This record gives sequence, C-alpha cells and structure tokens, in this order.
Amino acid sequence: MATLSADFGLPLRSFDLKLALEVERTVALVGPSGAGKSSVLRSIAGLVRAKGRIALDDDVWLAPGVDRSPDERRVGLVFQEYALFPHLSVRGNVAYGGKARADELLERFRIAHLTDAKPRELSGGERQRVALARALARDPGVLLLDEPLAALDAHTKAAVRGELQELLGELGLPTLIVTHDYEDAAALAEIVGVLVDGELRQLGTPRELVSQPADPFVASFTGANLLHGAVELHDDGVTRVRLKSGEIVYSTDRADGEVGVVVHPWDVSIGRVHADDSAMNLVQGEVASVAPVGNRVRVRVGPLTAEVTESSAERLELTVGARVYASFKATATRLVPLGGRYASVRSSPHPPG
Amino acid sequence: MRRRNLVVGGLAAAAAAIALAFLVLPIAAIFLRVPPEELLDQLSKQVVTDALIVSAKTSLIAQALVLLFGTPLAYLIASRRFRGRTFAITLVELPLVLPPAVAGLGLLAAFGRSGLLGTNIPFTQTAVVLAVAFVSSPLYIRQGIAAFEAVDPDVVAASRTLGAGPTKTFFRVVLPLAWSGLAAGEALAFARGLGEFGATIMFAGSLQGVTQTMPLAIYDQFSVDFDTAIAMGALLVVVSAVLLVFLRLVLTWQPSRRTSGFLFARST
Repeated sequence: MATLSADFGLPLRSFDLKLALEVERTVALVGPSGAGKSSVLRSIAGLVRAKGRIALDDDVWLAPGVDRSPDERRVGLVFQEYALFPHLSVRGNVAYGGKARADELLERFRIAHLTDAKPRELSGGERQRVALARALARDPGVLLLDEPLAALDAHTKAAVRGELQELLGELGLPTLIVTHDYEDAAALAEIVGVLVDGELRQLGTPRELVSQPADPFVASFTGANLLHGAVELHDDGVTRVRLKSGEIVYSTDRADGEVGVVVHPWDVSIGRVHADDSAMNLVQGEVASVAPVGNRVRVRVGPLTAEVTESSAERLELTVGARVYASFKATATRLVPLGGRYASVRSSPHPPG
Repeated sequence: MRRRNLVVGGLAAAAAAIALAFLVLPIAAIFLRVPPEELLDQLSKQVVTDALIVSAKTSLIAQALVLLFGTPLAYLIASRRFRGRTFAITLVELPLVLPPAVAGLGLLAAFGRSGLLGTNIPFTQTAVVLAVAFVSSPLYIRQGIAAFEAVDPDVVAASRTLGAGPTKTFFRVVLPLAWSGLAAGEALAFARGLGEFGATIMFAGSLQGVTQTMPLAIYDQFSVDFDTAIAMGALLVVVSAVLLVFLRLVLTWQPSRRTSGFLFARST
C-alpha cells in the first residue's frame, strides 16, 4: 500500500501552518474552523504554494527545486461544497477526470440514472457521490476529503458516513480527511490528529485521544466535559481540585497547578437522590437541557453534560428545571495541564477512590 | 391621511408619466416623421450604404480586437492579485469617463505623424478602428473582470486537481461559466462603438466611404437632407434595440450562475 508523506509549512494570515504526517490508510485531521485544515489539503494538492516535502512513495511532488502543479499530482480532492462543474452534466463531471472509468463509477456510486442531470438538480447526497466519482475517475494515488459530511443534513449524514466508511475500506487508498467533528473523524479514520492554529496538537487512535488527551483542546474536541480548576493538594493517592466555580472535584490522576478536569459524558450518572455509592464527585443542580442523541439522552446539569439511556431519563422524569445530582468517580477523570502541550498525562496507578 | 396619500400617489404617477414620455418622444419622433416605405428608399442612397459599410467593417474589426486583447487582460486582472491591480482597473476604466474629444486628441497625440509613435494612421480606416476600440473596450474589459471574478475559484481548482492544465481549465471551465457576462459586456461595447462620434471625427475625419461611419454621416446629412439623416437614425435605433434585447436575454440566462448581472468590476 502506498504512503503519502508530508512535511511542510505554509504561512497563513494569522499563523503558520506546520505539519508532518504519514498517511498510509485513513487519517483524519480535526480542529476548529480556521485551524488551517483546508490549507493542509490545498498544500498537498498543490493549489497553494507550501514549502517542504510532499511525496507519494518515491514520487516527489514537493521538495527543494520541485513543485509540481496540481494536475501533475495524483490527488483526488473532494471539496467541501463539492465544486461540481455547474455547466456539465453528471456524466460530464465524472468524465472530466477520466473517461475510461466514467461508466463504471456512475454505476458504482448509484448515479447512473442521473447521467444527464445538471448538478443544481441534485440533492446533497447525490452531489457528494458525483464529487467522489469524479475524484476517483482520474485514478488518484491519494484521496483528500474536505469536510465530507458538513454539507449534508443530519438525516443524510448518518447514511453517508456508513457508505463512506465502506468505500474507504474497499478503495485502500491513502486518505486524508479534514473535519470539525470529532465523531465523524473517529468513525472514518484509524488515526486522528487534532489541528489547532496550524499545529498538530496530538496524533493517535480515536481511543487514545479520548482516554489520554494531551491538552484541554483535544479533550474538548473529543466531546468530553472540561472543568477548569487548580490542584489544591494530593492526599492518599487522590488529587483535590478546586474548580473555578468553587466546587471540589477529586481525581486519581496526579497533576499540579492549573488543570482541566476531563470527564466523559457517559461516565457521569444522574440521580434524583443523594446516592451513597463509590462516586466521590457530586454536583447538585437543575437540569438545564435534555436532548436525545440517537438512543441516548444528553442531560446538562451545571457545568456537566451527562449521557443516560432513554429509559433512565423517563424513570427519573428528567425535565428542564428538575433538581438532580450528577456524580462521577474519581477514576473516571483525567487531569490535563492548562496551556501545556504534548504533556503526557497518564492515568495514575492509584486505587479507585 | 388617506387623502394625502392619494395626492402624493397622483403626483408620483404624473412625474413618472412625464419622465417616460420625455424619453420616448425623440425616438417616436424619428419614426413618425418619415413614413416606413420612404425610410427604406432613403436607406438605399449612396451616402447611407457607404456609411453602413464603413460602420460595419470598422465595428467588426474593432470588436474582434477588443475580444482578442481584452479577454486575456480581463482574466489576468480578475484571477491574479498583484501590486497595482486597483491602479490597472482604474486605467482600464479611464477611457469610459474621458470626454470623446479628449480621446480623439489623445489618439492624435499618440499615433499622429508628429505624435509619440509617429504613424500615418490618422484619417484612415485604421484610425476609425482604433478610435472605436479605444472608447468601447473598457466596457467589455470591465464586465469581463466581473464575469471572471464570479467564477467559483474552487471549481477552477477542481479542474486542476482533476488533471487539467491551465489552458484546458480556461476553455472547458472558466470560459463557459463566464460566457454570459462576457457576451453582455461585448454587447455594451459594440453598442458604444457603433455610436462613437467625437474621437472618430477628430482622429479619422469624416471622409465618405473611408472614415465616415453612420453617426458621422448623420451629422453630415442633417443640414443637407434631414430625412436621410432621420432614416439612418431610425436604423441605429433598431440596431440598438436589438442589442438591448440581446443584453437582457444574456443577463437573465441561467441567473443561478451569478456569472453576470453586475456591470461593475470590483476594484479590490
């Protein structure tokens, strides 16, 4: 299998983009908008002039003295808004990249019946299939997907995500995806990188990013709760953190100074009464919002988001304004240093509190 | 209150009617003065056919030159960001606001025998072509810049990543998408060039069969044979109306593409 290796820099308006990355299978870069994600893809495609080295195996696209134009780099770039040719039919769009495989790709992407339609007559999902077919028609060595799911409505999105997963598996092409949505990244890629202000903050499996976030940004991107506070003391293997809001939280992680306490929504329990169980951390408050997500229900209590099952939400009669207790174990928390980067924070060997 | 609204509405309607009548009256007068069959008779006179041939020939050559040289200029200005770009746009637009007499003077100073380039062009048919191109090309170029700027840069980028070089991208993607805006600009430039008077008479003179275009012939004839002048005027009105209809069709053609519709180039 081919490998795309990229190690380059590109000055952007408010910061410099710097990236070193090897893409062997599927890598997703996540980050807030304006983090330089699209610029990464444009640099690799040769649409903007980066400095450094970009190569697909031993086929060098960018190096000192080498700067191949976009048409000479074997990339299949799928634009966020698809950038279909508005004046060409579906077939015209796909065949633009290469006539040889056009019919086969129209069949494969189930758009053969739309052959003569113009892009403006298509739905969002159909447009994306045309864009993918067009990109593959030129027989690319690398697939670059810019926010492949952002332009779709919620209903289409779930189905397309599944199709895309399947497709990427079949293609076996080195693929680089950029997205602002961690869930999409985790669903589509084996390796996820978090890009902030043009810098790669952390690169790892989706699991690693959730369990061992390198910094608060990574933590918040994985959808975890992030509570800001300062370490007060270590006592009996437990770290006591006083939150900015004044509450006390205990963690089995060891850290000092200003920290972010990371706790995942599925590790937070909700109860109507003060339960006397092993959870050391307790927040009392009113339910601020209740939102169903798939088969779970997301409940906001004070600074915390919890995820409970539908049946629990019904049994506890969780409605906005209800007074509840949110609890989580000290072992379910991770402490990440605020401001620091690449700090390795490991879960401590202390027994659960 | 209601009464006052009625009065204001009435006044506005009256003002609108007067304005419309004022614009229509001179054009109507041209067609009402001479009966249609006599119009055709007048148009077969030698002076008219000479002027028609000169106008047609010089317009076609001038517009071909405008398209040939103006299109690359408009595309470069639209697609590149360079120092002095705003200045370049201002230079392009300058002939638009220049008094035609000054344009004629400038052309003489540049191409006159004792001018900057020192040529024999003045008072030849080439001079007519240059005068027409000079005054009409800014309309085309300006609209061309706007049309090229309206082409989605991502679509152009997509073409490049799909293996097309700059030339294929220009002819298969950029040009088809900018087409309606370019056609509208060219229609405006053509109409402006056809009516060109001041710069031509100064730079090329008014020699029948050589440099005397339709507007110059009208000016020449109106003190000699008013009806002949009127007949030529009627013909120009018809041509202008046809161009206007063409312009409307082009501008409303596929409005979803937003490659046309505004006639002014952005200057930044």
